[in-house]
Amino acid sequence: MKHIIAHLNKLFESRVRLGVMSVLVVNDWVEFNTLKEMLNVTDGNLASHLAALEKHQLIRVKKQFVGKKPKTTYQVSKAGRQAFEEHLNALEQLIKGPGKG
Amino acid sequence: MDQQQAQLEHLSEIRSLMERSSRFISLSGLSGITAGLSALAGAGWAYIRLNNLDRGQYDVLDLNLNTLTEMVLIAIIVLLFAIIMGIFFTTRNAKKHGQKIWDNLTKRLLINLMIPLVTGGLFCLVLLYHAILGLVAPATLVFYGIALINASKYTLNDIRYLGFCEICLGLISALFMGYGLLFWALGFGVLHIVYGTLMYFKYER
Repeated sequence: MKHIIAHLNKLFESRVRLGVMSVLVVNDWVEFNTLKEMLNVTDGNLASHLAALEKHQLIRVKKQFVGKKPKTTYQVSKAGRQAFEEHLNALEQLIKGPGKG
Repeated sequence: MDQQQAQLEHLSEIRSLMERSSRFISLSGLSGITAGLSALAGAGWAYIRLNNLDRGQYDVLDLNLNTLTEMVLIAIIVLLFAIIMGIFFTTRNAKKHGQKIWDNLTKRLLINLMIPLVTGGLFCLVLLYHAILGLVAPATLVFYGIALINASKYTLNDIRYLGFCEICLGLISALFMGYGLLFWALGFGVLHIVYGTLMYFKYER
């Protein structure tokens, strides 16, 4: 049991971060506003979680201007995809086999 | 145990987010049914008109320009009606799923649907130009099938099977030239109704 929990990534403990990663692994570059609507969170909340994920290099950020409006889009990094997959596997193990380990 | 319950909820939320963010799952089965019904009505209308002209076969080679225009007009009316009803039912369904009707997802879906569809449309124009009327119906069915399969990555995966059926029907109808209208009614009418009914009971009931 212990080593399974070790595989659960502390970074993904928050619902918002897990949500961001779920959306990003199945989509190429996603806009900030799209994420906000999908996850039903406030600007500030989402921004701080995105900053944390970016700091650990799990996601990549692209800032552009469309006309005069800034547009920020996000993409999952290779490390992020791997970390997310490991986290999901660990979750699955945890649910499937409580007797094991 | 509580811990496990919480993790289970996490997992189902992840799954739902992945689905909702990458596939347009709000395509309504009812729009398939109405599209099928209008196609059948259109085919019936065309059949009556052609029979009034004392022609035994549906797409004889000397079909004159007036009849051709009329057939194209019927097709356009059927198409418009099917699209309008489709948008109506799908918008209603999208509200239920909390999905937007016009966003990157639907744009991607439409672009991938349109690529084979426009190719097929142009190809049919070439067939008309060469007066190979007998292959128009098979070509529309085959290209429509390919379009559905191409679009299936961005919506309910079930639409793939409808695509396969349309392609098979199109290829069979290419062997039986002269029965274009019948195959059209089968492909765009009957298949849509069957598919729409299945989808309605699978996802919307």
